[in-house]
Amino acid sequence: MTTWRLLARTGSAINTGMCLPSRTIIQNDYCSSSGFRSFSTGKAMRTDFFKDLDSQLKAFRKKASSAMPGSDWHPLDLTVGLPPERTDILIVGGGVVGWSIAYWLKKKEKVRDGVRVLVVEKDPTYSQASTVLSAGGIRQQFSLPENIHLSLASAEFMRNINEHLSVLNDDPVDLQFNHSGYLFLASENGAAIMEENYSTQRYAGAKVTLLSPTQLKEKFPWINTDGVALASYGLENEGWFDPWMLLNAFRRKAMSMGVFQCFGEVTGFRYKTHSMPTEDGDLVELKRIRYVNVRMPNSLQYQPVECAIVVNAAGASSGKVAELAGIGSGPKHTIAAIPVPVEPRKRYIYVLHSPDGPGLDSPFLIDYSGVYFRREGLGGNYITGMSPEEEEEPETNDLEVDHEFFQEKIWPHLASRVPAFESLKVTSAWAGYYDYNTFDQNGILGLHPLVNNMYFATGFSGHGLQQSPAVGRALAELILDGDFMTLNLSALGFQRIFSKQPTLERNIV
Amino acid sequence: MALPTLMRSRGCVWTCLTVARRNLNSAPTPVAPPKLNSKLLLFLCQRFHDVEQLVSWSSWLKTWVLRRKNMYYGYTQKQYGDNVAAAFYILSMKGGFRFAGQSEWFRPNARGKFNWDFINFRDVPIEEVDMSSTLINYAGLDNFVSQRELRSLSLRGCPEVDDWFLSRLHIFQDTLEELNVSHCSRVTVGGLASLHRLRKLRRLDLSSLPRLQKPGLVRILLEEQLPHCHISGVEYSQGLETETGTETETGTEIGQLTKEYTHTHGPHRQTLTQ
Repeated sequence: MTTWRLLARTGSAINTGMCLPSRTIIQNDYCSSSGFRSFSTGKAMRTDFFKDLDSQLKAFRKKASSAMPGSDWHPLDLTVGLPPERTDILIVGGGVVGWSIAYWLKKKEKVRDGVRVLVVEKDPTYSQASTVLSAGGIRQQFSLPENIHLSLASAEFMRNINEHLSVLNDDPVDLQFNHSGYLFLASENGAAIMEENYSTQRYAGAKVTLLSPTQLKEKFPWINTDGVALASYGLENEGWFDPWMLLNAFRRKAMSMGVFQCFGEVTGFRYKTHSMPTEDGDLVELKRIRYVNVRMPNSLQYQPVECAIVVNAAGASSGKVAELAGIGSGPKHTIAAIPVPVEPRKRYIYVLHSPDGPGLDSPFLIDYSGVYFRREGLGGNYITGMSPEEEEEPETNDLEVDHEFFQEKIWPHLASRVPAFESLKVTSAWAGYYDYNTFDQNGILGLHPLVNNMYFATGFSGHGLQQSPAVGRALAELILDGDFMTLNLSALGFQRIFSKQPTLERNIV
Repeated sequence: MALPTLMRSRGCVWTCLTVARRNLNSAPTPVAPPKLNSKLLLFLCQRFHDVEQLVSWSSWLKTWVLRRKNMYYGYTQKQYGDNVAAAFYILSMKGGFRFAGQSEWFRPNARGKFNWDFINFRDVPIEEVDMSSTLINYAGLDNFVSQRELRSLSLRGCPEVDDWFLSRLHIFQDTLEELNVSHCSRVTVGGLASLHRLRKLRRLDLSSLPRLQKPGLVRILLEEQLPHCHISGVEYSQGLETETGTETETGTEIGQLTKEYTHTHGPHRQTLTQ
């Protein structure tokens, strides 16, 4: 080790020794050229050896320093950023759910470096990641107790985020959480369901109140209460935050705890298949993934990664990843033929500017027509959006924004609910993907029964970001402890999909 | 072989000292380029597992102390009722309070000792609380939940008061008239936005909030929400200087801005309505 250091020191000494004369030479050159003033403005025709010397030496120094021990240079021409050849747990998808799982796995490991975790993300810039393109809200106003508890646990995590995710010698995490609450409006038809949901939420421990139209008008004078029969308003733990901050905090902490990160795309699995007879005598094929092929970005090179457990947290493309493992391609009328019901859906978010719009008190408002909006900053900016009808779903090939959709669908509802939005200006817009669960619009959490080392944490249909801290903990418990320890989320498992019993969220819309 | 072990033991002693020193310092870490000793600590942490463990223990101890201090005084509550439990909590945190209908304040002395007479006031609610420079946090509010007469709350210079704390103050929404959150280093606009639920608020002190950007604008927006509330400690022009350069130009700038708004709005509205 010391000899290497000695070598390195002499190497650097040689470098500095060599660069000194070069500088003086260049200076001499410069002086002489200033003596003979050239009248030509073009390049000198004569190729001078000393002219290139400086850049040549710079390149040489760079190469020499990269060949020193400690750098990742290798005499054989290897691709940088290849994933490790083997790992214990491979997480497909480096969104907020994937990194949360990675963090909790590392947090729960009993001994140092007890599990090797690798996170594979296909988009190094996160330009199409659902996490960063979401509106960033968190609410407890669900109807399923599982969702309410997931969201409550996540809010508690975010409250103490610096106990969990602070890294030594780094700035504390600032989520920029805005505690403005959610406001749900219900029409005459939805009022009864809203009251039921309210009692479920109160029972689960969420701080929610019900408001009558007159109370609503008194509290938020800028709302037009026509058609509103009841409203429910979150008092605590609800609001919105910066998704990028949460993602980065998880990533930073997980990597500081020793999680490997790799940018690449999962293109295939190599698995072993066992056939087992059931009690009725049918043969069931059980698969076990041995290798995951990870392809490098912008190249055809791929690396098979040997792993024991695969976690599918690929969000909108998790349906595709599941297909790669042969899920859903079995013989008809068996459970092997049932695919993972998650597909990407495109959702638009528009940024509005309206100087007379609601002020500091404006909550994350969700109208019974499906239109939502929230404040963005203090300068009279708002973001708004809406889920389109099932038959009007846009194509998901690209992230282009349909501005007609705002004019025709969103704006009429918005302006009738908040009259101040009669005059507004759409300043910008973007689109993002939902990991839409076509079966029942709720998360799928757990082990696939036929691929017995592939866990799923996907299909959250728009509320994956807000539930990610608790989902990560639940999945880490499932992997390391074998069962849910803190929150019983077995209702979100695969059982419901195979038995065709959707656990639907009871919407008030 | 001997050299690394020697270095290791030396490093340990060194960081023990630094860890202890850091522990005593309760002020929040300022956002600044890392100092030499914190760089050294990081280096040792990356190199020695035992140092890393020590550092993690120290931060765990810090949060444990905070949690223990802000625990719910359930035993006192069961024995003596809500008011005495809240009073005991306040005095243990070295804060002061005043019962409703009384003029004298209960406060601990400089050594943290206090008069136990408050035990006799089981049925008298607390009206004014002064928690200045204490370690009260979100969990500590559990002790106040049943206080229905609280009219004044001072949180001046509390390092653990953050936006989550402010968002939980809605439990006093029907009574609280006076709130002081000055010098709270963790309060931002995200938490102040939730203060609009305190409909009875008459006085609010927002002075010296280092994390609050554009305090003048926040004051204007808060006054819009709470028309009867007098907000002190912030000038309207505060935070606007950075945009306009000089303070005198703010008025004209705002005028221009409003002109711009109307200008951009007129034609656009037409296109929208077409």
